[in-house]
Amino acid sequence: MTATALETNIPESQVHPDAPAVRFEDVSIGFEEKDVLEQVSFEVKRGEMRILLGPAGVGKSVLLKLADGLFKPDSGRIFVFGFEVSAMPEEELFRLRESIGMVFQESALFDSLTVRDNVGYRLIQEHVLDDEIDRRVSEALRFVELEHTMAKFPSELSGGMRRRVAIARAIITKPELILYDSPTGGLDPITSTTIIDLIIKQRDVSKTSSLLVTHRLQDAFMLATHRFNKETGQIAELPDKQTDPSTSFLVLHQGRLAFDGSTHDLVHSDDDFLKQYLA
Amino acid sequence: MPLTTVDAAAKRGVAAVQQYSLLSARAIANLFHRPFYGSDIITQADLIGIGSLPIVILTGFFTGGVLALQSASTLAQFGAAAITGQLVSFSMIKELGPVLTSLMVSGRNASGMASELGSMMVTEQIDAMRALGTDPVKKLVMPRITATIIMLFFLTIISDLVGIMGGAGVAVLMLGQDASQYFHTTYQSLQFPDILQGLVKPLFFGFIISTIGCYYGMSTRGGTQGVGRSTTQAVVVSSVLIIFMDFVISRFLIGVFGR
Repeated sequence: MTATALETNIPESQVHPDAPAVRFEDVSIGFEEKDVLEQVSFEVKRGEMRILLGPAGVGKSVLLKLADGLFKPDSGRIFVFGFEVSAMPEEELFRLRESIGMVFQESALFDSLTVRDNVGYRLIQEHVLDDEIDRRVSEALRFVELEHTMAKFPSELSGGMRRRVAIARAIITKPELILYDSPTGGLDPITSTTIIDLIIKQRDVSKTSSLLVTHRLQDAFMLATHRFNKETGQIAELPDKQTDPSTSFLVLHQGRLAFDGSTHDLVHSDDDFLKQYLA
Repeated sequence: MPLTTVDAAAKRGVAAVQQYSLLSARAIANLFHRPFYGSDIITQADLIGIGSLPIVILTGFFTGGVLALQSASTLAQFGAAAITGQLVSFSMIKELGPVLTSLMVSGRNASGMASELGSMMVTEQIDAMRALGTDPVKKLVMPRITATIIMLFFLTIISDLVGIMGGAGVAVLMLGQDASQYFHTTYQSLQFPDILQGLVKPLFFGFIISTIGCYYGMSTRGGTQGVGRSTTQAVVVSSVLIIFMDFVISRFLIGVFGR
């Protein structure tokens, strides 16, 4: 797949500029003879944010890992920027992942490395000069307002700070797609709001495509109803109960996609499960 | 036991061997592919080699000592106490040096590898590494295998030497034997196949320790309890495999060289 990309040095995300950021086609996967996802199909367009809702244990994190090529589906096809990640060897996936940032459920920071080395991990592996690493790590940490934690270890940070460092690590290379796995899971409401503010800021400033998994409805609706005001530098609610047009929803139920549509359609759905879930 | 349970257990066993073989093959193949993590090999060599030095020295010294102590009294019954040095050197170089050093390193490092990689697995650090474009087999497994094989080779030589010195200490200072005679008999009867046998074994044992430790670490599931389980299994399996392979290699080399 990467012959063209390697020869021209074009980022993978730009090789097929018209392809959607993510596309699932009838994807199924199971573990130990238990079906987790069945015939899941959806799309994330470029610059779009899709929020994946669903009860705990329904396969949301598995879906996200499938999108990053960390799992291979049992059947179906998965495309990221037009490349079929479900059929790519790991070596080629590493190159594609340069265009993908991922925030893991429990941050997944390397506990033996400092915040600076965690955030700059990819740059260190690419043998970027130290001064350049420091500059870009500072920039990423400034975005999440944690510039002062450069020399600290993850164990010295609170849960919310670790989650913000994980966001900084995901955005340092300015990826075209960000996968958020329950970025507010297990956090208190105030810290959750801080994280959601950062995600809204990232979405509206960089126009990055993203797929966000959460089971917290308040966070999901905040993402849909708020935007980042570049003039004030603050997060503000959209006027007249408007919703962000680039943000839409997916709902998983019992391994299948129960909903795929806009915020308005989700709120006004007649589906019994959705009504009960949103109540 | 129901037939389906036997069937499932057999499939799990075959799958485990398959995963272990694939991991080992990928790690070895990675040695010849860029990027080459040389600094990680040196870090691991320091942790595994230098870190294990005290226990290897202590084990080797006292094993050599007790060998001299036990064998001298038996040999004296046949009027052959003079060949105590020969018996100590034979035992240390061909068997006890490689096996005991490997068992010590296995207890210390196979468990360390399994718990470290296992913790990284259950906290998604391995997935994060892959998501950040780094191959964990290349970055974590390959350096551990390379460092263990190289360092175990040298640790075994040190253990052999220290064991012979321990034997000398007991033979000369406690049993009143002649030091010159002891050292003379230690090397006089040694031949190339004996040395070869002693030096080939740690290469295989190093491979077993590191691949088993990494395999159990990389296949850890089930949180902290899973990490504990992996750590225990890594030590048990690598220790049993070391003793089994010791028999296989000994039999093979005795068959080839006749001693």
